[in-house]
Amino acid sequence: MFKIIKRQEMAGGTIILNEIAAPRIARKARPGQFVILKANETGERIPLTMADFNPRQGTITVIYAVVGRSTSLFSQLQEGDSYQDVVGPLGRPTRLERMGTVVCIGGGTGVAVLYPIARGLKLLGNRVISIIGAREKELLILEDEMRAISDDLLVCTDGGSYGQQGLVTDLLAQVLQEERPDLVVAIGPVPMMRAVSEMTRPCNIKTLVSLNPIMIDGTGMCGGCRVSVGGEIRFACVDGPEFDGHQVDFDELMQRLQAYRAEERQSLECESQSLEIHRCKMEPQIVSAAR
Amino acid sequence: METAPKHREKKPRVSMPEQEPDQRAGNFQEVPLGYTAEMAVEEASRCLQCKKEPCVSGCPVGVDIPGFVRCIRSGEFGPAIQKIWATNSLPAVCGRVCPQEIQCEGRCVLGKKGEPLAIGHLERFAADFARDACISCDAAPVRSTGKKVAVVGSGPAGLTVAGDLIAKGHQVTVFEALHKTGGVLAYGIPEFRLPKDIVAHEVAQLERMGVRFECNMVIGVTLTLDELFEEGYDAVFLGVGAGLPRFMDIPGETLIGVMSANEYLSRANLMKAYRFPEYDTPIPRGRNVAVIGGGNVATDAARSALRLGADRVSIVYRRSRQEMPARAEEIRHAEEEGVELHLLTNPVRFLGDDDGRLVGMECLKMTLGEPDSSGRRRPVPEEGSEFVIECDLVVVAVGSGANPLLTRSTGDLKLNRWGYIEADPETGKTNLEGVWAGGDIVTGSATVILAMGAGRKAADSIQKYLTEKG
Ligand SMILES: Cc1cc2nc3c(=O)[nH]c(=O)nc-3n(C[C@H](O)[C@H](O)[C@H](O)COP(=O)(O)OP(=O)(O)OC[C@H]3O[C@@H](n4cnc5c(N)ncnc54)[C@H](O)[C@@H]3O)c2cc1C
Ligand SMILES: Cc1cc2nc3c(=O)[nH]c(=O)nc-3n(C[C@H](O)[C@H](O)[C@H](O)COP(=O)(O)OP(=O)(O)OC[C@H]3O[C@@H](n4cnc5c(N)ncnc54)[C@H](O)[C@@H]3O)c2cc1C
Ligand code: SF4
Ligand code: SF4
Ligand code: FES
Repeated sequence: MFKIIKRQEMAGGTIILNEIAAPRIARKARPGQFVILKANETGERIPLTMADFNPRQGTITVIYAVVGRSTSLFSQLQEGDSYQDVVGPLGRPTRLERMGTVVCIGGGTGVAVLYPIARGLKLLGNRVISIIGAREKELLILEDEMRAISDDLLVCTDGGSYGQQGLVTDLLAQVLQEERPDLVVAIGPVPMMRAVSEMTRPCNIKTLVSLNPIMIDGTGMCGGCRVSVGGEIRFACVDGPEFDGHQVDFDELMQRLQAYRAEERQSLECESQSLEIHRCKMEPQIVSAAR
Repeated sequence: METAPKHREKKPRVSMPEQEPDQRAGNFQEVPLGYTAEMAVEEASRCLQCKKEPCVSGCPVGVDIPGFVRCIRSGEFGPAIQKIWATNSLPAVCGRVCPQEIQCEGRCVLGKKGEPLAIGHLERFAADFARDACISCDAAPVRSTGKKVAVVGSGPAGLTVAGDLIAKGHQVTVFEALHKTGGVLAYGIPEFRLPKDIVAHEVAQLERMGVRFECNMVIGVTLTLDELFEEGYDAVFLGVGAGLPRFMDIPGETLIGVMSANEYLSRANLMKAYRFPEYDTPIPRGRNVAVIGGGNVATDAARSALRLGADRVSIVYRRSRQEMPARAEEIRHAEEEGVELHLLTNPVRFLGDDDGRLVGMECLKMTLGEPDSSGRRRPVPEEGSEFVIECDLVVVAVGSGANPLLTRSTGDLKLNRWGYIEADPETGKTNLEGVWAGGDIVTGSATVILAMGAGRKAADSIQKYLTEKG
C-alpha cells in the first residue's frame, strides 16, 4: 500500500497533486520518469509522470488532470488513503546536459511533467526560458514554481484572461525571432507538441517531447504503448517516454489515443451510476449495523 | 505391459466431464470439470504399473506416475498427492496445462493400442482433492540457516525455487514486477483453462511456509541486481520469463485493433477486462477477430475473443494443422467452440480506415516445402494467392522474445545472441557469482513444467552453494 501524505487541489479541483510515500521509488527517481498507479483491486493501471520526488522523506509527487474514470477515482482518495499499487521509476530519464539556452514549454498538466526537467536543466547551468499556457487562468498550474527556476517565464491563456492572449506556440514564435535556443522541450497535449515540433523543424532546433500513449505494464511486455519514431516502432514505456519531436508520428499517436473512446464513455457513465448504487447498497448495511 | 491382464487394456479412457461448447463459449468458467472420486479410481485402474515406467521418462520432472496412480486406484488420495509433491510443487497447474500428449502420456504403453492413461487428469484430481481437503505438503520443519535468497519473477520457475529453498530453511523473498504473482499463470493463461484461484492458492501455500512476496518491484529498475547483494542476499535466481512481444513487422501494425497476445491476454486475465465495466480496464470486443499463430497463446486468445462476444473468430497459421504447437486438447476445444482455422495462410499487411482502425488483413496462401532448421517443413508463399480476411481485431500470437529491462541494467551478465541469459543447463548457473537463471528467460518460450524443472535444478545448485559457503 502506498499512502497519500499530501493532497492538494489545483485549477479548481480539475487538477490534483498527490504526494505519496514510496521510498524505494523516490530513491531511484530521475526527471522525466513515471510511475504506474492502481487505486484498488478493480482499478486500471494508470501512468503518471513524477512531478517531484524527495529521496530523504521517501515520497514522490504526481500531478494529474481529472479526465476520466480512473483519474476521477484517484481524485476521491484523501490524505491518509492509499493506492494499492505504485510501480517505478519507469521509462528513461531525461538526458540532462549543459547546452546553453533552453526553451521549456508546458501546456495544461504538461507543466507538471516539465517542472523537474526544467529545474534539472537550470541546475546544470543552462539559461532556461519557460513558456507555460492553459485555456484560462484557473487552469494554470505551478506558475510560481516555474518562475523560481526560470531565467524568463512567459505565460499565456487561450482567451487572454491572464498573461498574453494566445497559444504557447505564439510565444515560442516571438522567442525564436530573437533567439536560437540549443534545445526545446515541449510537454503537453499532443497537438501542442506537434505544433512546437513543426515550428522548430525548419530551423533544426533539437526538440524533445514526452509521449503519453495508452499503457498497461510499463515494462515492455505488452507492446500497447508502441509509437512510430523515425519510421521505426518504439515502446514508449521503455524506449521513452521522451523522443525527438521531429521524428515522431503524431497523427498516429492521436489516433491510437482514441482506441477506447467508446469504453471510456461507458466507464464514466458507470462511474456516475455506481455512486448512486453504492449509496443504495450502503444504507441497508448501516441499518443492520445499527441494530 | 509384461504381466498385465489383458482385459484392462480394453477399458476405454474415462473422459472428463466438460461444459458444453455452446454454453462455455459464453462464459469464463473452467471448461473441463474434473473427475469425481469414482471416475478417478476407475481411470487409475487402467494403469498397467509397468516396471520400466516409460511414462516417467516422458515427464520433465520425473513424477512417480505408477506410484501416485496406484494410490488413487486404492482410494488413498492423500498419499497420492504427497507422492506427486515430492517432485512437482504445482500439480494442480501441470495437470491442467502440460502438453501431456508429447510428455508423460505420449510414452504410456496403453497408447500403443488404445488411449494412454489420463495422467494429467489424475494429477489434477489428486491436487484438487488436496486443495478441497486442505491437505498440505508434510515436509518436516527445518532450522533456519540465516541465508537469504532473492527470487526475481513469480512464474513457475521462481515459485519452484522459492518452494524448494524455503523448505531448506533459507529466507526467501520473491520480487515481482507486476501487481500480481504467478507470471504467465496469472497474466497469460485464461481463467477458463487455469482458474486464478488455483494460482493464488499455490502462492498462499508458499507464503504460509514463510516465503515473502514483494510485488511492484521491477528488478533492474526499482532495485538492481547489485543492490540485492548489498541488501544482504546470498544468492539470486532470475526467472523473469520471456516477456517481450513479437510482432509481424508488416505494414499497418500500429492500426487500432492490432495488438500483441501479451496485451490482449493481460487486459483479459491480469486486469480482468472480461468483467468490464465492473473492472475498469477495457478490452476491444472485436466482432470479427483473427488470431495469428498456432500455439497455446493463439488458442487462448481465440477462445477468449469468443467469450468476449465476437461473432467470428479465426486462427491464421502459416503451416498445417500437424505443425500447430498448441496442446491437442486446446485445438479440439477451440474448434468445438466454433473457432475457424485458416491453415497455410500468412498475413502480409493490415488494412485500416481513415481513423486508423483495422478493417482487414491481406494474406497469402502457403504450401509446405523442405524442412527448415526446426525440422518442420518450411511454409512457402504461393504467388498471386493474395486474399483479404475482414476483421476488426487482430491478435498477434507469434511468440515472444527476451525482455531486456533487467539484463540491460546488468551489463556483465552473459547473454546469448538473442538476448536470453546463458545458464548452465544442469545447474542454472550464470557467469556471475551467486546468480542463477532458469525458465523462459534462458530457453525462450517453453512450458510450465520445463520452467519448473529448471527451477528445481537451480534450487539444488543454490542449496549446494549456500552449504559450501557455510
Ligand atoms: C508516461 C505517461 C505519463 C503521464 N503523465 C501524466 C501526468 O503527469 N499528469 C497527467 O495528468 N496525465 C499524465 N498522463 C496521462 C494519463 O495517464 C491519462 O490522463 C490517464 O490515463 C487517463 O485515465 P482516465 O481513466 O482518467 O481517463 P480515460 O477514461 O482513460 O480517458 C479520458 C480521456 O483521456 C484520454 N486519454 C486516455 N488515456 C490517455 C493517456 N495515456 N494520455 C493522454 N490522454 C489519455 C482519452 O482519449 C479520453 O479523451 C501520462 C501518460 C503517460 C503514458
Ligand atoms: C498465453 C500462454 C499460454 C500458455 N499455455 C501453456 C500451456 O498450456 N502449457 C504449458 O506448459 N505452457 C504454456 N505456456 C508457457 C508457459 O506459461 C511458460 O513457459 C512459463 O510460464 C515460463 O515460466 P517462467 O517462470 O520462466 O516465466 P513467467 O511465467 O513468464 O514469469 C516471469 C515473471 O517474472 C516477472 N518479471 C519479469 N521481469 C521482471 C523484473 N525485472 N523484476 C521482477 N519481476 C520480473 C514477470 O512479470 C513474470 O511474472 C503458455 C504461455 C502463454 C503466454
Ligand atoms: S508434470 Fe506434466 S508431464 Fe509430468 S506427469 Fe504431470 S502432467 Fe505429465
Ligand atoms: S501410466 Fe502408462 S506407461 Fe505408466 S505405468 Fe501406467 S500404463 Fe504403464
Ligand atoms: S506499456 Fe506495455 S510495453 Fe509499454
